[in-house]
Amino acid sequence: MTEIQRHDNRLGIWGWLGGGRWGIERYAYILHRLTGLGTLCYFLMHIVVTSLRAWGIYPWVEGGFFHRPIFKFAEFLVFAAFAYHAFNGIRLVLVELGFAVGKPIEPVYPYKTSLNVQRPLLISMMILAAILLAAGGYEFLGLAK
Amino acid sequence: MRETKYWTWHMAAGVVILFLLGLHMLIMHVGGITHLFVPYGGEAVSKSNSLFRDGKLFFTVTYILFLGVALYHGLYGLRTILFELTLKPAAEKAITFVFLVVGLGLFGLGTWAAVVTHAIAIAGARG
Repeated sequence: MTEIQRHDNRLGIWGWLGGGRWGIERYAYILHRLTGLGTLCYFLMHIVVTSLRAWGIYPWVEGGFFHRPIFKFAEFLVFAAFAYHAFNGIRLVLVELGFAVGKPIEPVYPYKTSLNVQRPLLISMMILAAILLAAGGYEFLGLAK
Repeated sequence: MRETKYWTWHMAAGVVILFLLGLHMLIMHVGGITHLFVPYGGEAVSKSNSLFRDGKLFFTVTYILFLGVALYHGLYGLRTILFELTLKPAAEKAITFVFLVVGLGLFGLGTWAAVVTHAIAIAGARG
């Protein structure tokens, strides 16, 4: 049997404080649900509103009812919800299918858990969501012509 | 096993929506940067650009596909959240029935609108 390489626990007792009952992934999942519900509410209204074009009614064009700053801001919020929900959803699908779990090892310090793979995945997905959000903000602020 | 099947469809629908809604967002909401499918210039959601896309069979078909997949994904997600309350079986059946009716109704409305606007756009293009 190969010798297990042991390392000193440099964090000591303070390392116990790093866990917490709920990790950031739990809050990410809550936000995933909230953005999903918000997007669903918008989507159900969106189906009805866009169906009005069958009657020649286009309330979202310039001069229409929905072409007002408050609705443009709400549209940006929907875009933000999509950006977060999409990238976090990719992360959830990867974790659900077992691709972002990592391999188990002997429980010898320094420990390796699935968080060693999941946490970088969460951070990278959030960075991608932030980039998409920045692109959307650039558009919504009217900077893109 | 049935709920596992529905959950698998839910995840698969999410992946499909990623591409379709991603394309939709690139055209509609980041159109000032991408300028995709806006031959008449201006806003992507202008009437002329909307009619242009509605006249394309590709958009009509993908709108209908997108509509069905998104309705399933959204309503099944809401159903899952509600079912975590561990309701009585009768309440769960009622919720499932209501979501099915609402989903099919909105799918019918959206599909009808997509087909009608496709016909209108083509008729307009022919003059």
